[in-house]
Amino acid sequence: MISLKDKDIISILDFTKEEILYILEISARMEREACPDILKGKILANLFFEPSTRTRLSFEAAMKRMGGQVIGFDELGTTSTVKGESLRDSVKIIEGYCDIIVLRHFLEGASRLTADSVGIPVVNAGDGASQHPTQTFVDLYAVKKAKGDIENLSVGFLGDLKYGRTAHSLAYALSHFNADMCFISPPSLRMPKDYIEELEIRNVSFQEVDSISEVSEKLDILYCTRIQKERFAEPVEYEKVRGLYKLSKLIMDELKVKDDLKILHPLPRVDEMDESLDATEYAMYFQQAHSGIPVREALLALVLGVIK
Amino acid sequence: MKKLEVSAIEEGTVIDQIANKSTFKVANILNTQKIEQVVLIGFNLSSKKLGKKGIIKIGGKLLTQEEVNKISLIAPDATVNIIKDSEVVKKFTVDIPDSIEEFMKCFNPNCVSNNQKIISRFHVINKNPIRIRCHYCERHMGVDDIELV
Repeated sequence: MISLKDKDIISILDFTKEEILYILEISARMEREACPDILKGKILANLFFEPSTRTRLSFEAAMKRMGGQVIGFDELGTTSTVKGESLRDSVKIIEGYCDIIVLRHFLEGASRLTADSVGIPVVNAGDGASQHPTQTFVDLYAVKKAKGDIENLSVGFLGDLKYGRTAHSLAYALSHFNADMCFISPPSLRMPKDYIEELEIRNVSFQEVDSISEVSEKLDILYCTRIQKERFAEPVEYEKVRGLYKLSKLIMDELKVKDDLKILHPLPRVDEMDESLDATEYAMYFQQAHSGIPVREALLALVLGVIK
Repeated sequence: MKKLEVSAIEEGTVIDQIANKSTFKVANILNTQKIEQVVLIGFNLSSKKLGKKGIIKIGGKLLTQEEVNKISLIAPDATVNIIKDSEVVKKFTVDIPDSIEEFMKCFNPNCVSNNQKIISRFHVINKNPIRIRCHYCERHMGVDDIELV
């Protein structure tokens, strides 16, 4: 029997295929059924050392929908970090105030350090350019809703594959499901070597291309990502790749694609997806964003042990 | 009789089959500059196994486990010979540990282990060729990325 009670959600690498499927199953249940009181008396600490609106609010909404309460902060300036306190000391103190910690941090691996330091479950809400596992569960849930199944799909990843942590985590997760992956990016924004190696170890079928037209015909899912200005050390490097991939209804009409292709995007978008796409049958990204609540409800309920 | 390219020692340790380019890194691990007994370092020596190899002979010294572990990361083919009365009394190949703590630095400057006062931790995910994953940021490192501390 699968139990996720007290499990930390740090990296998608920590999850088996069975656990992933179980989380998606519970997410569907949370979408169907309201559970207004199951987390009554529980407190979630949202520790956001790096700005985020969507992720922070979705955890807050998920917790409150299940009767729980939320404490926390969303800017570094209000924390003891500015006084020189170590992350480990901060979280060991905050551990005493809550039942679960949700952490976003600018340092890669900060969530793992937190999980190693405290005795309550820790959820990684994004650390640096590393992983963002709860978004991956949201993405997988959206894929499952779009296609009915997540096995044997051809999935294109478009845009910033170097810094795009959601693309990294999703590629890992899909490696359990016999996906054929196409990484579409300029050479300077290719999937990092680490992830490619990990996929090779897992015998995943993938290819790296510069243009979507090289692979569009076979795709079941197109996962777009924003080119993240904030991750570039040099503005000039950002300008070189900015706006390189721009999807629009016109472009989709010109590309050879399957009729039932679905486009996902973790949002926010900048200029990589034109609004003319929104009304097409391809667009799945707003439904995907709305899945954030039931998926995070499922994750919180599972690790807090109220759903077994 | 085979002519020795690097003179023999009577008592101590010989580290042989060192990847040529790692010879001086191994010497640094062993802090050879501070050793007062005989230290012989040879490199660019011919090796059937490696093509070119390094060898280090240290009089009067036995390696610690930590030193062996460190050597295994940068010279995974190295053999260690314990010498007594000019005879090899024990010989073993270094073994790459499954996990590493403290003596290695993550190559990712944005890793939490490089920005907080914590002990670095790594998992060896492949031994040949060596690939190491940082416990914290999950970045992978190969032999050229390894920085020992």
